[in-house]
Amino acid sequence: MIKVAEIKDGIVIDHICEGKGYKIFSQLGLDKLDCVAVLLRNVTSVKMGKKDLIKVETLEKIDLTVLGLIDPGVTINYIVDSKNIKKEKLQLPAKVDGILECKNPRCVCATEKIDIVSFNLADKEKGTYSCEFCGSITSL
Amino acid sequence: MRHLIQPTDFSLDELDSLFALAEIIMNNKMDFIEACKGKIMASLFFEPSTRTKFSFDAAMLRLGGGVIGFSDPSTTSAQKGESLADTARMIASYADIIVTRSPREGAPLLMAKNSTVPVINAGDGVHHHPTQTLADMMTIKHLKNRFSNLVFGFCGDLKFGRTVHSLFEALSRYEGNRFVFISPSELMFPEHLIAGAQNGSQVSHSVSLEGSINQLDILYMTRVQKERFVSEEEYLRLKDFFILDERKMAMAKKDMAVMHPLPRTNELSTEVDSDPRSAYFLQAELGMYVRMALILKLFEWNEASEGKSI
Ligand SMILES: [Zn+2]
Repeated sequence: MIKVAEIKDGIVIDHICEGKGYKIFSQLGLDKLDCVAVLLRNVTSVKMGKKDLIKVETLEKIDLTVLGLIDPGVTINYIVDSKNIKKEKLQLPAKVDGILECKNPRCVCATEKIDIVSFNLADKEKGTYSCEFCGSITSL
Repeated sequence: MRHLIQPTDFSLDELDSLFALAEIIMNNKMDFIEACKGKIMASLFFEPSTRTKFSFDAAMLRLGGGVIGFSDPSTTSAQKGESLADTARMIASYADIIVTRSPREGAPLLMAKNSTVPVINAGDGVHHHPTQTLADMMTIKHLKNRFSNLVFGFCGDLKFGRTVHSLFEALSRYEGNRFVFISPSELMFPEHLIAGAQNGSQVSHSVSLEGSINQLDILYMTRVQKERFVSEEEYLRLKDFFILDERKMAMAKKDMAVMHPLPRTNELSTEVDSDPRSAYFLQAELGMYVRMALILKLFEWNEASEGKSI
């Protein structure tokens, strides 16, 4: 197995569903950061069989809101000085800008060019969101 | 900038002040004939609706303002491919307020986001029609002087009827109301809307008008369209359960009010028109006064917030 060095200061995103790591990596814009950022795919996991894992070596704040939407099951570990100072389970964001897509053909966003459509959390349990324009329900 | 895009955009206090103003306007028409002097309302109907357009145009003209606009989208630059956002920006530089109707859901919100003047949604597809809801509420306020502790009967096509969905949502913001949904089982009021109701609203379903009319303070009739039924026979079998006539009116309370958004098909027999409890033509008239009040309130609220920001 490939060894990836433990990080000193940064974030470890653990328990990512197998295959979703790349999507999270790019949605968080980690490919655009200057710091060390690794994506591990198909890591053997006792709990999950296989999982993906992301490590980011940075003290900068990264906006993780979108994570709750793509894969609400992940665990976030905040590492400071090689110590895990905080483990965090995610919640669905109340509002999401972009990422989702309105599937209602009668919606104004189907015919007009709108840069970013916002969606509001409609149902926590189901993880569904409603389009700000037409109110129709969608999920990722 | 304050707009009216959906029925719940206004707080209960704001609604109270709106209906109070509409009542004052109705009783003192001449005091308002110059209230909007020098102001222009743009009425942009990307989908024809003569009734709603007339109601808005008449409202602005009675306030002494002017009206520009169109009621047929084929005559506008939207045909030439201009974006709705650009149309809104441009019109906002000519007019002081925009009223718009569109078959596209969310189009008024998109215009509002790009407009420097208030936008009123005059209907966006099957989505919202907030001024219809205001007209309905105004009628209830005028006749019952309250929005709480009333028994409402909604009758007809409750599954697809946008009007009753919005009205239910608006009324469930008040306390102690009871709702009786009278419809064929194929056209029942959507469960997810009932689940969203607040303030201990009680809800029950009924399959016949005759069986429930005696409990009601307000009976809200809606169109039952033939196309909604699986077959012609089904329609013929069921439609009589949801037709209001004088025989059924005889079973109702002496002060029950009959409402209908109009136009009607045959669910509302013309013999009910002469019954003093029929309120649907009053409802249309009050719709104009509440639109007058709405135009004035939007100007007032936006001027107040501009004052604050200086
Ligand atoms: Zn939409």
